[in-house]
Amino acid sequence: MLEKDVVYESTLDHDFLDEIYALPGGQEIKKCIQCGTCSGSCPVGSVMDYAPRKIFSLIRAGFRDEVLSSNTIWFCASCYTCAVRCPKEIKITDVMYALKRLAVKEGKTRGRKAVVLSKNFVKMVNKYGRNHETELMTRYILEAELFNAFHFIPQGWRLFSNGRLPLKPHRMKNLDQLRRILKKVDELGEI
Amino acid sequence: MSERIGVYVCHCGTNIAGKVNIDEVVRFAEGLAGVELVRDYKFMCSDPGQAMIQKDIEGDLIDRVVVASCSPLMHENTFRKVCERCGVNPYLFTMANIREQCSWVHVDMGDSTAKAKALIAAAVSRTKFLEPLPKREVSINPRTLVIGGGIAGIQAALDLAEAGKEVVLVEREPSIGGHMAKFDKTFPTLDCSACILTPRMVQVGQHPNIKLMTYAELDEVNGYVGNFTVRVRNKARYVDPELCNGCGMCWEKCPGTRVPRKGNVHEKLSLGPTTSIYMPFMQAVPAVPVIDSGTCLYFQKGKCRVCESVCERTAIKYDMEDTFEEFEVGNIIIATGFRTFDPRVIKRYGYGALPNVMTSLDFEIMNCAAGSTSGAILMADGSEPKSIGIVHCVGSRDKHYNEHCSRVCCMYALKYAHLIKEKTNAEVFDFYIDMRCFGKGYEEFYDRLLGEDVRFVRGKVAEVSNVPVNVVEEGKLVISVEDTLVGVVRRVPVDMVVLCTGLESSVGLAEVATMCNVSVGKDGFIIEKHPKLGPVSTATDGVFIAGACQSPKDIPDTVAQASAASSAVLSMITRGTIEIESATAEINEKKCSGCRICNNLCPYLAITFDREKGVSVINEALCKGCGTCVAACPSNAIKAKHFANEQIFAEIEGLLSV
Amino acid sequence: MKYTYYPGCSVGATANLYQDSINVVAPKVGVELEELQDWNCCGATAYMSVKELMSFAISARNLALAEPFHRDVVTPCSACYLVLNKTNHYFAEYPELRKKLGKALEAGGLSYSGNIRVRHLLDVFVNDVGPERLSELATKKLAGLRVAPYYGCQIVRPEEGFDDPDEPESMDRLIEAIGATCVEYPMKAKCCGASLMGTQEKLALKLCRELLANAVRADAHCIVTLCPLCQMNLDVYQPKVNGLFRTKFNIPVIYFTQLIGLSLGIPPRELGLHRLAVKMTKQMKDVLKGA
Repeated sequence: MLEKDVVYESTLDHDFLDEIYALPGGQEIKKCIQCGTCSGSCPVGSVMDYAPRKIFSLIRAGFRDEVLSSNTIWFCASCYTCAVRCPKEIKITDVMYALKRLAVKEGKTRGRKAVVLSKNFVKMVNKYGRNHETELMTRYILEAELFNAFHFIPQGWRLFSNGRLPLKPHRMKNLDQLRRILKKVDELGEI
Repeated sequence: MSERIGVYVCHCGTNIAGKVNIDEVVRFAEGLAGVELVRDYKFMCSDPGQAMIQKDIEGDLIDRVVVASCSPLMHENTFRKVCERCGVNPYLFTMANIREQCSWVHVDMGDSTAKAKALIAAAVSRTKFLEPLPKREVSINPRTLVIGGGIAGIQAALDLAEAGKEVVLVEREPSIGGHMAKFDKTFPTLDCSACILTPRMVQVGQHPNIKLMTYAELDEVNGYVGNFTVRVRNKARYVDPELCNGCGMCWEKCPGTRVPRKGNVHEKLSLGPTTSIYMPFMQAVPAVPVIDSGTCLYFQKGKCRVCESVCERTAIKYDMEDTFEEFEVGNIIIATGFRTFDPRVIKRYGYGALPNVMTSLDFEIMNCAAGSTSGAILMADGSEPKSIGIVHCVGSRDKHYNEHCSRVCCMYALKYAHLIKEKTNAEVFDFYIDMRCFGKGYEEFYDRLLGEDVRFVRGKVAEVSNVPVNVVEEGKLVISVEDTLVGVVRRVPVDMVVLCTGLESSVGLAEVATMCNVSVGKDGFIIEKHPKLGPVSTATDGVFIAGACQSPKDIPDTVAQASAASSAVLSMITRGTIEIESATAEINEKKCSGCRICNNLCPYLAITFDREKGVSVINEALCKGCGTCVAACPSNAIKAKHFANEQIFAEIEGLLSV
Repeated sequence: MKYTYYPGCSVGATANLYQDSINVVAPKVGVELEELQDWNCCGATAYMSVKELMSFAISARNLALAEPFHRDVVTPCSACYLVLNKTNHYFAEYPELRKKLGKALEAGGLSYSGNIRVRHLLDVFVNDVGPERLSELATKKLAGLRVAPYYGCQIVRPEEGFDDPDEPESMDRLIEAIGATCVEYPMKAKCCGASLMGTQEKLALKLCRELLANAVRADAHCIVTLCPLCQMNLDVYQPKVNGLFRTKFNIPVIYFTQLIGLSLGIPPRELGLHRLAVKMTKQMKDVLKGA
């Protein structure tokens, strides 16, 4: 979180805005008028380090570290309410995704459970071509919530006892094709 | 050929020189056939620039002129005048637009330099084939048409009428007065709207130089500057204005209802009588009622005729029909005003679904002393609100609706805050993005309101809901907003919400604009001739604009623009005549087969058929040189002067030669 | 009416009750769903958070597979709908992305030209089958059943779709058509917390509490939804909401296809209703019986 102190320009990253600006969906962020519609509409804004509007002013000012280390980007539930209401039509949810990826790239994700979930999700897809919810939940709990594992038992049981937690994954057949596509993307480089 | 053309390349400061290599262009132009000399200068339109051309002509070095600079809309006239001053026919001059169509729109210097060369080659090539044309002048009819009877139209009409000129003022509503007649107080001085407007309305109604046509709409405009023919449709009001004395018996007895009599306070808001025969408000000019045939029992069910039976002057005429009237005017002032944004489309603000969410116009009418609540601020159930939220920028500054700032909302919102504080004990919350107090006395008004304990919250309201999350919110309208200065989301429960709806161009403005041959921008407002130097004129000579038809405006700016428009018209009238384009069409009688195809195609009705000679004839005074007939003539008998085939072909060849 | 069906991963697992009902209801209303052979996961929001182009690429593979059939792709899952739809929109909007996706698909021997329309199953029920037809088919009108229609987020946002992003009403029309009553439910397009239920449980539970509380306050017998994640959060986590906030919610959360199935006279078991975590209440059963 931002410390209350005088901030010297030399400590700020003035290229940060342009970096975000260059990402797909980031083009409109320079147009933000700080009206607060996004924060006022956000269902989880109250628990974020900085609600979306403030994230935009931090980006603009060059507070790279504060933005990428904030919980904000991981608390976004992708409900898109801000994005459809933004009077400047800024694709706010896309910007949040972009910030997530940047944070992952720069390793600023310590203690972020959402990253564990996302990474395991990607693993599932790359492994089976489809998500295997049972395995995903198990992996996630083991990795992120080991000491809370008992906490998840009632929900797990409710699903299992109602036949909603299959043990075997559904695999797709032509997994090879999917992997070739992903490999090509890797060569091409992300956007 | 013996033409000696002078080419003048303008730098336009860095506007052109910053993107076009001038030296290269000059060298190129020097090599073109027919070019006698090439010069370049920082600003060709300046006195020294014009003097260069003048010196070359007077020294008999050249006899035709090409200026490569900006758009002809900008300076064609300037350079034509230079030619004329030194005895060269102005139609021997061509302008190459290397600014708007070149340096301003290209990024690469090489590209724009190449394009500049092509445009100059085209202009030079065309200029060789130009022919001198005689000067044409038309007289200006001193009568003026003013479209719209709001404060802009009223001001413009009175200015002209007081100067002794005739005015026809056309208003589509039953009375003049416009939006201003619906307001109680005006910001920032809080003077009473009716007190300052009514005398002017009366003056319009009584002025011998003003022909007032209310409940009438523009139907057709023909002609050109100084000589427009206008047709107006008088809508049937079913009351004879000659006989009616405005006694009011009819609406007192009328059993029909135009505004529902049942329902809550907000649904019944009205300034005038709520009956089917009504006056829009009591100070209406003319003081003649209208029958709303959509709700009138006689028109709907064939029975009633109460108004007819109580009218001592026998002024009620159910069989009245729309009539058309045609007249001639020299100039037109468009003053059609605005409409307010309909917030129903922003569902999260609840207008139309949640009681006690109102628009600014509803709120104005409620505050009006002559209105149905006698100026009292009431909730839908008739009780007094204990708290009111004022929401700025509804439908303004928002890409989903209108991108523009509506300019007046911040100030009227402050006015509302003041009125609420004055009339009730309610707490006032004012939710704004930026407080824009730009006019004379406006910032001072804001300062005053800050001292009146209005709770200002900087943040655009996210939503208005009726879903409580605690006891205090039960039965309230809850405003969710980020207080951006504090950095927290607040839920503010209030009794009433006023949405400060933005300003849009009025209904039907696009049709009026088309009739008058002026353009409308993507914001829906009329495009002025020049955003800075021509704010009251348009690209069409003789058509002027005043007030909110150009952009959202407050009353002082509207009145100023209306006076500016009328003064521009007066200057035209005083001049008496105006020079018009000589580029008209011409029929070669030998080639004309008399097929008459062109006769009906001409949009200006300038072509008639000469039976004796068996050929079509063009009335030069009416011809605008649009070229429609030229393209349509199957025997190639019509020539567009200044746009003749050989001139156009030469231009194309020049363009492609690079 | 024939469509290419993209089921998505959830309906094979936690949302299998959704699939149960689709299997029996779709044929009865004349909707023929032919499953896209060898489809892969759309990537959902989680993939997008780690790799963007890859996320678009795996999503585009499905569209490429579907294109030769020249039929609309229909999915019952809001997240799949959003992701496939977004890929489609961005494919058209960003030429750079389009180029890269083209190359990636080529590596898999596929191509996509952008001519597939992606639709949610609700869209098909509302606009292709229509409330009138459903009303005719409903042999057992659900008179007296009070329903809170819950749309969630990703079916109405962010792309301009077939309904309003703040106040959707298309499912309301279906519910009314089969005789049930829609209660006033202003929360219909608010967020349930989605995958935050895994990572920020308390926060998601709080959002679910509001959704449940408002349905109960409006006297609804059940909440009807169309999204696997919304259903799981509101259904499976309902006891947990009660535990955390000391509430006593006991309101079934069912899929719109299950509700329609009931009006067609299909036995609850065939519709997968026995798989609910919060079982149908006696009150709800009584109303259904009386209907």
